[in-house]
Amino acid sequence: MLALAGRLKSEFAFDLFLDVTAVDWPGAPLRFEVVHHFYSTVHKVRVRVKQRVREAEPVVDSLVSLYGSAGYMERECHDMYGIRFRGNDDLRPILLYEGFQGHPLRKDYPKQLEQPLVPYRPPQRALEREL
Amino acid sequence: MTAGIPTPTIPNPVRPAFTPSGRDDTVIVNIGPSHPATHGTVQIIAELDGERVLRTDVHCGYLHRGFEKECEDHTWHNLIPYVDRLNYCSALINDFAYCDGVEQLMGIEITPRTKYLRTLLSEYSRICDHLTCVAASLMELGAMTAFLYLVTVRDAMYEHLAALTGARVTYSYGRIGGLAQDVPDGWFTRLEAILVEYETYVARVHAMVDRNRIFIDRLRNVGGISTADALHWGFTGPILRSTGVPRDLRRDTPYLAYAELDFDVPVGILGDNYDRYYVRMCEMDESVHMIRQLMAMMPEGPINVVDHRCVFPEKTLVYSEIESLINHFKLVMDGPSVPEGDIYVAHEAPNGELGFYIVSSGGGVPHKVHVRSPSFVHMGGVHRMLDGHQLADIVTTFGSVNMIGGECDR
Amino acid sequence: MTAHTKHASFEYLTTRKDELVGWARKFSLFPYPFVTACCAMEFMAVSASAYDTDRFGAALPRFSPRQADLLMVVGTVTQKQAPILLKVYEQMCEPKWVMAFGVCATSGGFYQNYASLPGIDRIIPVDVYVPGCPPRPEMVIDGIMRLQETIARGKHRIINDTF
Repeated sequence: MLALAGRLKSEFAFDLFLDVTAVDWPGAPLRFEVVHHFYSTVHKVRVRVKQRVREAEPVVDSLVSLYGSAGYMERECHDMYGIRFRGNDDLRPILLYEGFQGHPLRKDYPKQLEQPLVPYRPPQRALEREL
Repeated sequence: MTAGIPTPTIPNPVRPAFTPSGRDDTVIVNIGPSHPATHGTVQIIAELDGERVLRTDVHCGYLHRGFEKECEDHTWHNLIPYVDRLNYCSALINDFAYCDGVEQLMGIEITPRTKYLRTLLSEYSRICDHLTCVAASLMELGAMTAFLYLVTVRDAMYEHLAALTGARVTYSYGRIGGLAQDVPDGWFTRLEAILVEYETYVARVHAMVDRNRIFIDRLRNVGGISTADALHWGFTGPILRSTGVPRDLRRDTPYLAYAELDFDVPVGILGDNYDRYYVRMCEMDESVHMIRQLMAMMPEGPINVVDHRCVFPEKTLVYSEIESLINHFKLVMDGPSVPEGDIYVAHEAPNGELGFYIVSSGGGVPHKVHVRSPSFVHMGGVHRMLDGHQLADIVTTFGSVNMIGGECDR
Repeated sequence: MTAHTKHASFEYLTTRKDELVGWARKFSLFPYPFVTACCAMEFMAVSASAYDTDRFGAALPRFSPRQADLLMVVGTVTQKQAPILLKVYEQMCEPKWVMAFGVCATSGGFYQNYASLPGIDRIIPVDVYVPGCPPRPEMVIDGIMRLQETIARGKHRIINDTF
């Protein structure tokens, strides 16, 4: 992947790294599809690169050495799907928070499973407060 | 403290990228996420040497509301209100970009009137967005008058859009295959009156700000970035254009009715805060120019295509014949049937390239809707504009980037 | 409060202590705008010239929780933001009031998922809820006026035997 992106950048002038995300296909042998988008400001065309990875080893090449913008997007993809990027050392949570268990955009993460940082109060009744 | 609330130990939701560097003359300052200078919720952890910023670590995600997860739980129609709340300054552009994506997946060609109306409303939204951004960033420099002028115009626009869509900020006006309804009578007449009002107020702001020594000193040569750096960090929109590149999707890969319009792409020279301010001001003028052209060439005709897969039947037919009733029922309960496939659609949002990557597995509910939001990408590179400048310049630079929380964190 | 006239001109007032304090307090609200999301657009509109909350004595936003007594939570509060909101609330001095501005702050709105807090009243007490997504400025003004009524009617803890 890194070699391919390098060629795209140097030979075909795809100088703008648009996006990286993943698609979860539960049940497929290669569960995650990692999708990259590139854009060439010279030729004004886009290209989409897909690669499939296994659930047990969701690792793809990182593009931070080629495009600075890849850093944040890879962190987001790691947050949401647990894809690891080889070569990106900074995969701290970005949209989620420290201590969040699991990856919410995986299809097997229940939508309403909350992991609150602050313990909830009991429900509030009307006019219970004293000023 | 009110009785009954135990004081819990609050864990820190983020972890900074760096620890103190060991030098005893630097200090680490935390700005945000609830801070008047960061309009929106973003946290900047900066290491300072005196007043100079050595390095910064930008944290976002304080407004991560689970947009993409919600999308996978709603039908193609029902998620339009969620799409609205991405960039809430210009909600219509999000609507139309999303609808455009779904329509391309379904192979629908929208009617000419819808095409022109969407273009017009996109430009109208762009003016609202730039007004908000310029107003907020000028207010942070103390220009309360400019803020009040611009918000006055924006409020007229909000009320005007409310007459069309029923809401002031979040419109939910786009539909797959058309729009919610046609424009009411007299709407275009009022639009022209608002554009004249806009010109009066913006001329006053130009007169107050453009050659004002205070603003030039605060904005010129602050937060500058080169074209190569901007591309490396994925910047698009006014930030990239302020560095001198006329890159605009409306011109490069025309969509909607932009191919038929006459407009310029304003560019800057240095890519600093002043250029960004000025590019935004010029873009608003271009938008007004485009709206006037679109009003002149607005065709008559229907706004919704005839396609039973996604467009709701007439209400009178729903009540009188069984086929329409079933059609309506299926659209509400199961959602429109979008063929299997994936697509990436990009529109030029006020902040840059707004891309929707939509994956359908053939049902009435999307398999995945991913947003390539300009604000999020800009946050990834904003430290390039902050480092090396003064602490007070963070305020102006951040204002000129126009980070929108809903779009950045989704 | 009742004004009394003895010899054809205004001479003295009779009132209860609670009422007097409430009357004073309700016109000196200093809001701290905890602004997060879409509702911020309407917050700008409310505080600008067309709607102008200054008329209700709630104009000047204080960006320090120590100087504020009305916490306006404007927009969605997420699980990640919740500790910050709680900290800001705890830093405010008594007496303090909280307004949930918009339906997300009220109940989480249509964001019912892993990321959003289902209403800020799960972590801090709320005095007035303003629904709407986002609420129109008139609704916000109505919310402020209702809060003022609550303050005027309420019991105030600084009233005791010595005062």
